[in-house]
Amino acid sequence: MNIIVCLKQVPDTETQISIAADGKSISTDNIKWVMNPYDEYAVEEALQIREKFGGEVTIVGVGPKRVTESIRTALAMGADKGILVDDQAIVGNDSLGTARVLTAVIKDLDYDIILCGKQGVDDDYGIVGSMLAEFLDIPQISIAVKLDISEDGSKVTVNREVEGGTFVIEAPLPALVTAQKGLNEPRYASLPGIMKAKKKPLDVKAIADLGLDAGSVGEAGAKIEIKEITLPKPRQAGKIVEGETPQEKAANLAKFLHEEAKIL
Amino acid sequence: MAQGIWIIAEQRNGDIRKISFELVSEGRRIADKIGQPLTAVLLGSNIKEKASELGKYGVDNVIVADDDRLATYTTDAYVSVVSQMAKEKEPAIILLGASVQGKDLSGRLAARLETTVAQDSVEFSIENNKLVARRPIYAGKAYATITFKDNTTQLATARPNVFELNEPDDSRSFDIIDGEFSLDDSQLKTKVIDVIQEATGKADLTEAERIVSGGRGMKGPENYKILDELADLINATVGASRSAVDAGWRPHSDQVGQTGKVVSPNLYIACGISGAIQHLAGMGTSKIIVAINKDPEAPIFQKADYGVVGDLFDVIPALAEEVKKVL
Ligand SMILES: Cc1cc2nc3c(=O)[nH]c(=O)nc-3n(C[C@H](O)[C@H](O)[C@H](O)COP(=O)(O)OP(=O)(O)OC[C@H]3O[C@@H](n4cnc5c(N)ncnc54)[C@H](O)[C@@H]3O)c2cc1C
Ligand SMILES: Nc1ncnc2c1ncn2[C@@H]1O[C@H](COP(=O)(O)O)[C@@H](O)[C@H]1O
Repeated sequence: MNIIVCLKQVPDTETQISIAADGKSISTDNIKWVMNPYDEYAVEEALQIREKFGGEVTIVGVGPKRVTESIRTALAMGADKGILVDDQAIVGNDSLGTARVLTAVIKDLDYDIILCGKQGVDDDYGIVGSMLAEFLDIPQISIAVKLDISEDGSKVTVNREVEGGTFVIEAPLPALVTAQKGLNEPRYASLPGIMKAKKKPLDVKAIADLGLDAGSVGEAGAKIEIKEITLPKPRQAGKIVEGETPQEKAANLAKFLHEEAKIL
Repeated sequence: MAQGIWIIAEQRNGDIRKISFELVSEGRRIADKIGQPLTAVLLGSNIKEKASELGKYGVDNVIVADDDRLATYTTDAYVSVVSQMAKEKEPAIILLGASVQGKDLSGRLAARLETTVAQDSVEFSIENNKLVARRPIYAGKAYATITFKDNTTQLATARPNVFELNEPDDSRSFDIIDGEFSLDDSQLKTKVIDVIQEATGKADLTEAERIVSGGRGMKGPENYKILDELADLINATVGASRSAVDAGWRPHSDQVGQTGKVVSPNLYIACGISGAIQHLAGMGTSKIIVAINKDPEAPIFQKADYGVVGDLFDVIPALAEEVKKVL
């Protein structure tokens, strides 16, 4: 079973975001770049599927050269090979542009299942997976917390979280599934894994290699325009509720919520 | 020229979900600003009689797509129906809920219509007759304001619980139209084979008006019953920090934060939660934040409107008693 994982690199979730001088992007000084946390679940799931069915796990990333580090991390976890698309023409990609580039890479590969993260914890779009599935004309199941592939490898059954419940969904393979926290516990890269990863193939491709028109991706192909990026109004510390005993504090709090905040 | 504003309504088991009314209400405000009609699209099975519920909130038309195969949401069927109609009628703006269903549909629909999505928007405005959307990024650590390039379908999802509901008005007039579409069974590849409802009957965290959340300070899973008791009294949903989830005390679906659910209730009560950056990102837009923590230096107090320094095992039961008195 051949499995593809789409991997995005994002700022570490510890990052305090600040705005760049252009007012339309975030400042990338001092950012620690990591594999998108949801993509870790996708990589782990891919490895578990390979352990059961055999085959190969291929990691595909779109972005600048630094993304190779995160692809290497996935290889160190156990993936077999990586592909990075790095090209000046993809700068300014919106989700549609990214999906187009991924499509161009993946359409010629041999795959049974494609795994993505539920969303990038940077732009919080959560749509690249669905767009890719649409362009490849395969079914999608998003927000998976459980994934089973039938013994004969013909279909996938996924538990998908919805508000107040779970949908159990079935689709024929090939299909695309997006990973939610809870799907599995991602393994750490072992030291031998890290050593081995250095020798695993990692291809870097340009837009021209993929037969893509540079005008359909990057800034030129983008459908949206960012007007501005701002920081939220900082929240001020409010009041500490006074009282001699827990009961008094609780009584004062209930009173504040009822009379002042008018929320109870 | 693309014309008109569409909202894609959402139903589960034939009941129209609240986000649909929020979409109609906000859609009405946008429609009035640009002087174009507002249409709701309602997909389901035997759903026509529910169309009037949308009408009360201010639509001009409801297009009903009625088919057995639309009873329960599947990406394949819904994207097929909505895209066919949208390609024919060419609305300028399409709004969906930033719910699980709306987010799933929006990406695929966008690709089919060769556009992208202003996902999870919290504010819309109109400039030069175009939609401007403000949306949180980095789980709310920052906000992006975006518009669409010309000649692009402006597709956006609206975060639940953010947009104000219009006053329902039975005297509003609107048309109900039978939608025209074709559904090809060979295109319907995904099947819903089971729906597991949670027994709680509580609002989902993403839609809850009030949340009581417990972190590592809860000390163990058995102690969440004191949160449940308080939550029941004030009709709140119970949430958790990642530490509590990773310890196995609470299910993953309860996690609030950057890698959990991003919530915006009117009232968020954080109990035994320190206030890590990833947690704050997920609940920082709550209207009123209350923190109960025994450590006066806990970062959560920097964000809380009301802070109680104390042992939660004393404060929470006492609060439950006091709440009974004021309610
Ligand atoms: C990639 C990544 C993603 C993450 N995403 C999330 C996320 O989405 N959501 C999230 O919550 N975290 C997330 N985290 C984890 C986050 O960094 C913190 O570790 C976590 O939020 C801490 O949880 P806590 O506040 O419950 O525990 P702690 O930080 O251990 O705080 C416990 C608090 O309880 C108080 N306390 C203890 N006993 C009592 C008592 N008897 N009465 C009153 N107070 C008491 C203590 O004073 C302390 O402040 C993420 C981390 C990483 C690395
Ligand atoms: N630049 C990228 N390269 C590879 N995969 C990506 C990229 N952007 C998004 N993805 C995939 O799509 C998922 C959702 O991302 P997004 O739609 O940006 O929130 C990610 O978790 C990845 O699996």
